[in-house]
Amino acid sequence: METTKKAAVTRRAILAAGSVLAMPGILRAQTADTIKIGFPVPLTGPYGTEAKDQVACAQIAIAEFNAAGGLGGRMAELLVRDDRLDPGEAATRTIELIEKDHANFIVGSLSAAVQLAVNNVAKQRGIIYNSISQSDQIAALPDWSKTTFHEAMTPHLTAGAVGRYAFSHYGKKVVFLQADYAYGHEMVDGFKAVGQSMGIEVLADLRHPLGATDFSTLLPRIQSLKPDILVLANFGRDQQISIKQATDFGLKKTTKIVAPILLYTSRIAAGEKAFEGVVGGSSYYWGIEATTPSAKALNDKYRAANEGRVPSDYGALGYAGVRSLLDAAKRAGSVETDKVIAALEGAKYDSYKGPQEFRACDHQSVQSVLIIESKSGGSSPYDVFNVIGTEAANADNLLSCKDEGHV
Amino acid sequence: MDGLTPDLLVLQLFTGLALGAIYVLLALGMSLLFGMLTVVNFAHGAFYMLGAYAGLVLLGMGFNFWACLIIAPIIVGSLGMLCERFLIRHLYGRGIDYPLLLTFGLSYVLVELVRIFFGTSGYPVDTPDILQGASDIWIGYFPTYRLFVIGVAVVVLTALWLFLERTPYGLIIRAGARDPQIVRILGIDVARVWLVVFGIGTGLAALAGLLAAPLQGTSPEMGSTILAESFVVTVVGGMGSLVGAVVAGLLVGVVVAMTSLFAPEMAQVAIFALMAVVLLVRPQGFFGRAGLMS
Repeated sequence: METTKKAAVTRRAILAAGSVLAMPGILRAQTADTIKIGFPVPLTGPYGTEAKDQVACAQIAIAEFNAAGGLGGRMAELLVRDDRLDPGEAATRTIELIEKDHANFIVGSLSAAVQLAVNNVAKQRGIIYNSISQSDQIAALPDWSKTTFHEAMTPHLTAGAVGRYAFSHYGKKVVFLQADYAYGHEMVDGFKAVGQSMGIEVLADLRHPLGATDFSTLLPRIQSLKPDILVLANFGRDQQISIKQATDFGLKKTTKIVAPILLYTSRIAAGEKAFEGVVGGSSYYWGIEATTPSAKALNDKYRAANEGRVPSDYGALGYAGVRSLLDAAKRAGSVETDKVIAALEGAKYDSYKGPQEFRACDHQSVQSVLIIESKSGGSSPYDVFNVIGTEAANADNLLSCKDEGHV
Repeated sequence: MDGLTPDLLVLQLFTGLALGAIYVLLALGMSLLFGMLTVVNFAHGAFYMLGAYAGLVLLGMGFNFWACLIIAPIIVGSLGMLCERFLIRHLYGRGIDYPLLLTFGLSYVLVELVRIFFGTSGYPVDTPDILQGASDIWIGYFPTYRLFVIGVAVVVLTALWLFLERTPYGLIIRAGARDPQIVRILGIDVARVWLVVFGIGTGLAALAGLLAAPLQGTSPEMGSTILAESFVVTVVGGMGSLVGAVVAGLLVGVVVAMTSLFAPEMAQVAIFALMAVVLLVRPQGFFGRAGLMS
């Protein structure tokens, strides 16, 4: 035992000595400061599954960057923190990441309220924050600042894309059932904005409390209204339960169920029977790899690291959020805030889902929206959606910078 | 409010009764434990959740849903008996807040254990094939599975009533609740009676959880919302009263259903408004004995 240990040490020493001789650059890398990316996400709580996938994907971006030699030899490191889906907790963790751990950038969060809290901390300290969850507010004043970037889609964009597709394909008589908080309200506003121009008729606009477990008392009324479309503007478990119970009540026979965002993880958790035929929007689905080389590259790396599984939509945003900043740091040749901002503004990129661009005026990522339909009987456990439409990246579909208060 | 037909009203009323059936099953166990042992079981929601997860494991092992309906409550009921024997028993006669705090803590432990072993994301539970889809009940279509839940509630109620009122063991339980000292003097092991009662109470919670699983899937937190609701049911019906649990359970279901029809956002508040009104007018609840909490 003793001899093998000694042998191993010797071998390592020789290797190290050899590499120092061969590539002096690496020695410098180990001594220079690492680039630290703070990553507050809700590892515990209802979105734990999505958050863990965001970490797994972000690690891929870090590994890629380091394998390619980093920033002139400076390696990157991900500092993962649990924000428990709580704005206060997230703010505390972000302050620690910046003040104590000296993080160069912040990426992360998985809720509208939490990302605003993180953004607030980062902007006060002049640290770049790239948010990876949905919000209209973050790209608008007064929350926005020059250090604020938004890699994820906005509710306005998502609901608009899904609405344009659904109202033209399934009918104009609509019932909304929304979770009674910012997410539900912003999404329904988005649907109504496009719906107005398309002449939809809103039969009812119902609200349910966040975290509801029974929707049965709402369903007979909805059924009696005979809508063409039922829009479920809720998220996570609320979405799973409401879709399942609507299915049990036989609502799908007469009505198309539409959700602003159809989560890959929710669909996996709820099973194929309940979600069958439900249409919704998504920022990413692994199935686009057939036509999108950058998606294939991410999926392959994820599969290799995660026993053949595929990245989820929100997971992939973790990858993109980290990669955008590291790529910009490379282009800028620096991690200095102002130089990286300059490298990000107006940057066109294709890191995982086709062409994207950081709009210069509000730092919002202009990107495509996928319209997906849940299916049953897929060829693998991961084969859960059909991509039935793609709205290409188009800045006209976003709120204009003027509407957001930018001059 | 257009399109409000009599059929819709009746269907809505029926939806409320179906929802009430689950409240009844859960409140029944809670009320049983309070009436017999004066234990306010705050871990009742956790046992409800364990029932769903026990069913999930059993289904995964290849048992069918019907077998699970029997086995899962037995497993969870046994676990409840272990908790009674080793934790709660030591607190009898110490005032109502001791077991309350203990079971409150116990619920956190149980939920966390499930998170550790089963993850946070929850699992779907398929409705058994034969109960899928909706059935025609004259006034409209209604999910077959919810009809089945009402049926189970009726069967369980009848069985529990027969057991308590018509069997010698039921007589001992009722006597033990009234005056444990005399029962002990008569040579009956009261500790064993309480053990059995705790097993039945937690088993009923598990059955309710398993029945709820095909409606909403499982999640470690599934017991916390419904715990508050069934606590309201127990209070409205009268702490410790089984008849009260049934009447109040159905009433709360109907109140939620009717509020949902006219003002959906008020449905959740309506439950607590009902409780406030009942407490003002009749502090001991519909069928409760006054002064039991003091």
